[in-house]
Amino acid sequence: MELNNLLSEKRSIILERWFDVILETYPADTSSFLKKQKNQFTNPVGYTIYQGIEGIFEGLLNGIDSERVSPFLDGIIRIRAVQDFTPSQAISFIFLLKKVIREELKNEIGEDGIAEELLELESKIDELAFLSFDIYMKCREKIYELKANEVRNMTFRLLQRANLILNQVQDDPVLNSPELNSGQDNSGEGQKPNFKDVDDIVNLK
Amino acid sequence: MAVKPKVPKGVPYPDELSKIDYKPPQKGWMDTLVEFKPGTYCYGATIKNIKALESPNQREWSSKDKDWKLPENWREIFLEGMEDRLRKYRSFRLFMDICVRCGACADKCHFFIGSGDPKNMPILRAELLRSVYRKYFTAGGKYLGRIAGARELTYDVLKELWYYAYQCTECRRCSAFCPYGIDTAEVTIIVRELLYNLGLITDWIAGPVVNCYRSGNHLGILPHTLKDTLDTFAADIKTITGIKVEPTINRKGAEILFVGPSGDFFADPGTFTCMGELMIFHELGLDYTWSSLASEGGNFGFFTSNEWAKRLHYKIYAEAKRLKVKWILGGECGHMWRLINQYLDTWWGPTDFLEEPVSPITGTKFENAKSTKMVHICEFTADLIRHGKLKLDPSRNDHLKVTFHDSCNTSRAMGFLEEPRYIIKNVCNNFYEMPPNTIREQTFCCGSGSGLNAGENMELRMRGGFPRANAVRYVHEKYGVNMLANICAIDRAALPALMDYWVPGVGVTGTHEMVANALVMKGEKERTIDMRGEPLLGKEAKGDV
Repeated sequence: MELNNLLSEKRSIILERWFDVILETYPADTSSFLKKQKNQFTNPVGYTIYQGIEGIFEGLLNGIDSERVSPFLDGIIRIRAVQDFTPSQAISFIFLLKKVIREELKNEIGEDGIAEELLELESKIDELAFLSFDIYMKCREKIYELKANEVRNMTFRLLQRANLILNQVQDDPVLNSPELNSGQDNSGEGQKPNFKDVDDIVNLK
Repeated sequence: MAVKPKVPKGVPYPDELSKIDYKPPQKGWMDTLVEFKPGTYCYGATIKNIKALESPNQREWSSKDKDWKLPENWREIFLEGMEDRLRKYRSFRLFMDICVRCGACADKCHFFIGSGDPKNMPILRAELLRSVYRKYFTAGGKYLGRIAGARELTYDVLKELWYYAYQCTECRRCSAFCPYGIDTAEVTIIVRELLYNLGLITDWIAGPVVNCYRSGNHLGILPHTLKDTLDTFAADIKTITGIKVEPTINRKGAEILFVGPSGDFFADPGTFTCMGELMIFHELGLDYTWSSLASEGGNFGFFTSNEWAKRLHYKIYAEAKRLKVKWILGGECGHMWRLINQYLDTWWGPTDFLEEPVSPITGTKFENAKSTKMVHICEFTADLIRHGKLKLDPSRNDHLKVTFHDSCNTSRAMGFLEEPRYIIKNVCNNFYEMPPNTIREQTFCCGSGSGLNAGENMELRMRGGFPRANAVRYVHEKYGVNMLANICAIDRAALPALMDYWVPGVGVTGTHEMVANALVMKGEKERTIDMRGEPLLGKEAKGDV
């Protein structure tokens, strides 16, 4: 538990350093903006990253509860999943924490037991990386889902208009007409035998 | 001290190897070549559309290819076009000359904020062209080159100009902060024109322009399909309210011509807004008509060239003239209003063959529309509400907690801020504003305007829309907001995907869809469902859905 105390003590310096090295993954002009502008709404990227790493760091100290730490990871990864990053670059910020902690604790690492605890901590950081990978994939899958949905939504009304979809059957005078639904039906099942799945089709809407 | 081993020049020493530099290499912007990344740019126009657009340099090409098949003299064509425009538009020359690089605009662009790409800073995006301007049109740039911030127009520079001209939604948030009033959107507009001169246009823009020129709307809907569409809406309205609305098309001698965005004909949730408009007009007994030839308020010609914008825009007025209406009522559209408010009179004014609009219901004279003869439907509806001409039951929107997204064009290009809010507050009980620095004149763009609402550039749209979505998320978490209202068809098309990615659980609605929910029509049946067929609060058990 020595290490946890140390990390708590050095919390603010570690967070600052971690924030800085994450911002260094952006071009210089951008990182200075992301760092200086503190407003939550005019600098949502910088704000989300800072809030995110605070939450992740707390999670790390208190044992990783994936439900609690995931929203913080999600906040950052959701942004980096649509920015100019490769998948590995997008989640690299997790590994940057290892580098920051090693640097900040370089004088203490030699002390009793710390090195061992540090190894455990780094394994926990690896766990965060696994979670991050899952979140990153969810974000990317969402992007493709959005693309597919937009096409589907655009064409649904077109198909409906072209009378290629039976979703107005209940109100349709032709399909509900007695002529269509009597005499021709030899199945003995009564009205509208050909449209027994109409409700299912309507529900698709 | 240990002696360092001899190693060849450029090879690191062992102790240096452990000091890994996590920083990406940094170069100046002029030396950073543009890299086309999938998800950030649109496909090039097809040869069919390029021909129909009468674009120069007609050939098959793809924005993904290395070779864009430019004519040999592409540089001359580009520079001649630039010279021509510098002569023609004093504003353009001023925008090229007067920027003092104060940086006020730098962090105001939603694309920069969301992407972190410095070339999305408005100042730098304009500098991409300014550097070329200096090289070829100023003495300092010609002789001093880089020292004076000038650079050659190379193939790579041309590609860079294309890449970033299609990463600007022309929303003008940056210009609202510029102390000199430089309109960076106009710089983008001119870059796109210069690129059009080389046949470099995107298909997502070219297709609608071609359709609109031929059939009167972006979707290419022909008259019988327009009739069929409105009939389908009428059938849906009958199901919901028990009332049969009977819109007319191309009816000569009607008092009012109604023009809305065609985006509302096919895609939800725009369709519900269109249905809402039909219901209000019916309830008022308004003497109005649709036109099948002016069945589009939007104008993708505006994202192509001035000439195309001008040509497509006039159809509205040509139809008003042909149908002999008195004035025009315009729907919930975005850039249509910017064109009416800022460009129409220069292009085609004065509109002296129409009458100054007067509401036939309240007698209100719309003096602000004295010149254009075109009234925004929100002005019209707000006036009706103000005079108590609509019976409204806002509790029918109690299932909604609403916030309002100011569309860039109506807010910044016409100062249209209060009317939609007035309407919303009268038709629903739960309205919450987003933070002040994200609404009204400072509103954040949806990230998909100016012809960028395609599917292939989804990542770009998500980046650009992030500042908007971030503000929506704030009111969603704080007040439980579940509906994002707007008055623009591109918003209605683009925001659902944006919400789905950043703030799941928030829907998107046109303002007149909510009016339709609240509108108590004469002789209507008891309403159990809203315009979307969802059960109204308290009516779930009785509902027949």
